[in-house]
Amino acid sequence: MRQHLLALLAKESAHGYELKSALEQIFGEAYPSPNIGQIYVTLKRLEQDGLVRSEDVEQANRPNKKVYELTQAGREALRAWVEEPGEGPRVRDEFFVKLILAPMAGLAGRLELINLQRRHYLGIMRNLAGLQAAADRAAAAGREDVPARLLIEGAILHLQADLDWLERCQEELL
Amino acid sequence: MSRSALKGLPSDSKALLHTVGLVKMYQADGVSVEAVRGVDIDVGIGEFVAIMGPSGSGKSTLLHVLGGLEKASRGEIWLRGQRVDKLSTAAWALLRRRHVGFMFQFFNLLSNMTVADNVELPALLAGASPKQARKRREELLAELGLSDKASAAPARLSGGEQQRVALARALANEPSLLLADEPTGNLDSSNTRDVLRLLQRTHASGQAILLVTHDARVASMADRVINLFDGMVADDAPMLRIPRPVPSVRDVLELHG
Repeated sequence: MRQHLLALLAKESAHGYELKSALEQIFGEAYPSPNIGQIYVTLKRLEQDGLVRSEDVEQANRPNKKVYELTQAGREALRAWVEEPGEGPRVRDEFFVKLILAPMAGLAGRLELINLQRRHYLGIMRNLAGLQAAADRAAAAGREDVPARLLIEGAILHLQADLDWLERCQEELL
Repeated sequence: MSRSALKGLPSDSKALLHTVGLVKMYQADGVSVEAVRGVDIDVGIGEFVAIMGPSGSGKSTLLHVLGGLEKASRGEIWLRGQRVDKLSTAAWALLRRRHVGFMFQFFNLLSNMTVADNVELPALLAGASPKQARKRREELLAELGLSDKASAAPARLSGGEQQRVALARALANEPSLLLADEPTGNLDSSNTRDVLRLLQRTHASGQAILLVTHDARVASMADRVINLFDGMVADDAPMLRIPRPVPSVRDVLELHG
């Protein structure tokens, strides 16, 4: 979450609660619920690392609020994050190791493992397809949430690739 | 009761389609190749079954044999309690026309007829009145977003549009069994969802579906998924329901993470 807050602060200074609202507004349902406590803790750490600085602003009839702004070091850290490509897709390491090792240990056959994994993936796909249908209905009713829709589609495409890869394992190993 | 004791009797009355030891062989350069090697499957009344499996595992061949488009080499096929693999071509065609809709991977639309005529033809052949056939055609094309293509020739349509017309044609008779080969194979994401919705409604109305697909979204809607490998059934299991009482988009990252 560190970089996400830095990115928001690059646009304008803000206090913790404004950052939470901004995340909700920009990502809709697609962002895993930003928790206000987590945001305050992250801001404090960013300040300790010199990436943001804060200023107490007095408020009438209320406790002071801390407004955060990006430092030069923060701007550089943000630039490094933006310029670095995102991580590549992860291969299902745990399953793959299981698929190779379990039959050697005489614990389970490969066909059995592949079948079990395929059933699990399809079960997840069913849930994702349900979310996609709900997102389509929301869009049709004028409540379009583009980041959420794209996130679901991304998860579906990844899962399809996992299933295709499972098929390749079946072809090569059985 | 042993299988031999059941011989000659209608198979399980709950089964709409049922095969016993189904084999399909081809002759290639004097060598016989078994594409389907002893398949036993059941499709219940109103059941939705998906067949997955690598390319060349015999999925399309199996579907073609079940649809009567190719003759089985050995084994039995039962449809609605009646053994059909021994029927004459004409008798089977008649039975199919009334009970089975077939959607091909490569559409097979009649090129010298309009989209509307292609979709109405099966209903007319099965004895529906022109009025009924037209009404059904209009409903199906509307559901698939193709109303404005009714008077077009199939050749003027994109691959994805032809695929949806082929699905509409297969459903024109409200068959008790829809056989479909890769029904979303040529579609983009949004057209795929139109087809998914129509398949779901077809299933909800009590029609059975047996389809071959690589698309996990299509397969995940089924009641049961069969995996075919090297011409044999490698897996046949009901769809897993992963408990998730309040599924939400927020779960997506964790779902997949």
